[in-house]
Amino acid sequence: MAVQTGLDVRVEAGRTIVTPRGDWTATNVPAFDAQMRAIEKDATPGRVAIDLSQLGRIDTSGAYVISRVLSMDGAPQAPDALIGDHHVARQLIELVYGKVTPTAPEPPPGPGVLVTLDRAGRALHSAWIALLTTLGFLGETMAAGVRGLGRPDRIRWAPVFHVMEQAGLNALPIVATLSFFVGAVVAYIGANILSQFGADVFAVELVVIAVLREFSVVITAILLAGRSDSAFTAQIGSMRMQQEIDAMRVIGLDPIEALVLPRVLACVVMTPLLVFGSMMMGIFGGMVVLWSSLDISPGYFIVRMRDLPIQHFWVGMVKAPVFALVIAVIGCRHGLEVGGDVESLGNRVTASVVQSIFAVIVIDAIFAMIYMELNI
Amino acid sequence: MSAEPVIQVRGLETRFGSHVIHQGVDLDVRRGEVLGLVGGSGTGKSVLLNTIIGLKRPDGGEIRVFGKPIHNASRAERHAIEQRWGVMFQGGALFSSLTVRENVQAVLREHIAMSQALMDELADLKIALSGLPPSARSKMPSELSGGMRKRAGIARALALDPEILFLDEPTAGLDPIGASEFDELILELKESLGLTVFMVTHDLDSLHAICDRVAVLADRKVVEVAPIPELLRSTHPWIIEYFQGPRGRAASAKGG
Ligand SMILES: Nc1ncnc2c1ncn2[C@@H]1O[C@H](COP(=O)(O)OP(=O)(O)OP(=O)(O)O)[C@@H](O)[C@H]1O
Ligand SMILES: [Mg+2]
Repeated sequence: MAVQTGLDVRVEAGRTIVTPRGDWTATNVPAFDAQMRAIEKDATPGRVAIDLSQLGRIDTSGAYVISRVLSMDGAPQAPDALIGDHHVARQLIELVYGKVTPTAPEPPPGPGVLVTLDRAGRALHSAWIALLTTLGFLGETMAAGVRGLGRPDRIRWAPVFHVMEQAGLNALPIVATLSFFVGAVVAYIGANILSQFGADVFAVELVVIAVLREFSVVITAILLAGRSDSAFTAQIGSMRMQQEIDAMRVIGLDPIEALVLPRVLACVVMTPLLVFGSMMMGIFGGMVVLWSSLDISPGYFIVRMRDLPIQHFWVGMVKAPVFALVIAVIGCRHGLEVGGDVESLGNRVTASVVQSIFAVIVIDAIFAMIYMELNI
Repeated sequence: MSAEPVIQVRGLETRFGSHVIHQGVDLDVRRGEVLGLVGGSGTGKSVLLNTIIGLKRPDGGEIRVFGKPIHNASRAERHAIEQRWGVMFQGGALFSSLTVRENVQAVLREHIAMSQALMDELADLKIALSGLPPSARSKMPSELSGGMRKRAGIARALALDPEILFLDEPTAGLDPIGASEFDELILELKESLGLTVFMVTHDLDSLHAICDRVAVLADRKVVEVAPIPELLRSTHPWIIEYFQGPRGRAASAKGG
């Protein structure tokens, strides 16, 4: 049919007669949507008819927009509601008529201040819940770990070694590089400021103590959070989305034992090694800078370093397994709590990285206070 | 019925590495027919469907949809063809971060400019046509049952009132009542819209109820394409077992 697509309306003996012309298909109907709505509003209820004689092709979208004006008429079967012979259109209009029922509108939100307070309260509450859940999960993991110690043959060693490689060995280059630069930066600042007081030589102490006590372990922990914690959440989370975790549970595999424990174990073992590597590279970075800027030779650097008490090394090193434990547990916990959709996977990965970095810094502060009380 | 088939597969060959899935597949789908594709599990029905809709590149042969070689079409040609077909995947493949309604609207929005109100109404219409209750509209796919997810997939496939509908096991996971409702919907749309349907299915009742012809995939090719009564006379051992087995006989007794 070569009729131009369009719409005619005429009033005849008190009835509004709507005549759609041409093809009324999904691509064409949006153009007539507003007009049809206006007709629906203006016409007297029960006095609308549709003339199908000019209609070309039609699909369900077209049939819907046409049938909508009949909405007040009762039904398309009503006598004279449809004029003209168009078998397909009649069939489709009958098929779609009355199928769309309005959804209840959303209740309007309260005044702005209340909404803000409400959101703040909820956020605080959910942070509290997150802390409790993490602690609970930590306990569960430790319990599984203790059980595992009694039965070392039940620990899954293959994944443990796999994670040790992925999260540990493969992280060494980036940890080493970053530590080198951090050591170098500390040395530059120290060289600059201390030489103003004529206390250049103490730059060695500054670099060594800062790197050993704080920088190495914090840098390593933050990298671990960014690299491995996010990977744990994503891996376990996508397993949850595929119902793999449910499948494990029903065949009697404990996900904590099978998924969480190997990751935690591997991190706790590998992080001290990473931290050690980081300490070496940090000190090396400082040494290079002091040599070039203050002419402190590596030999002299090492002599001064050896005069420092060994406790600085242990102060830093003791924190490594604690950070590793917390990071791995947070990563795994968020993975297990991923819901069914991609959105929640993304949210969980973000939350797990943010929370583990947050936890690392808070725990580091707690350590600092303890050390201060202990005078070490 | 126009002379040119809407889908034309010639000498199709597909492989995964050294694993040959199809070799010399020939298949025509005529305008306005419902073609069922059957075959054992793992014979490559889903792979064939994915190849026809252009998701997998064939390793040989040619596929034409609406007369256009789908794998060598320009972007614009592809976009035009995509507007004329709807696809429902075996697993539903709903966008998991969108509600059911938004899933349907994603298709509408991509292809047609319209007001939000009309888009809402059209999406609700397709959802209702696919047999979902109004309460499902604002649900996320993860909150739906397996069968409801199927229906939501059908609603999305119907969004643009396509000319060809590709369905991968549409009735698997539907209750028998839902499955026959689905058969009726397809028949109704086929009759009124002249819809062409390419359907992978293991549902013998569905085959009997709505398929004009059935293509059988075995031995890496389509061994036979014919209406069911003709297939019942086939001598191919797999076809005999398929239609003459206990389930096949029960379904054909029901279907008449
Ligand atoms: N991405 C892939 N990589 C490698 N092989 C694949 C891939 N997808 C499918 N296959 C192989 O192709 C063959 C056909 O798979 P396909 O999914 O098409 O089966 P099907 O006929 O749809 O089976 P079902 O009835 O169970 O859905 C199978 O042997 C499968 O192993
Ligand atoms: Mg399949």
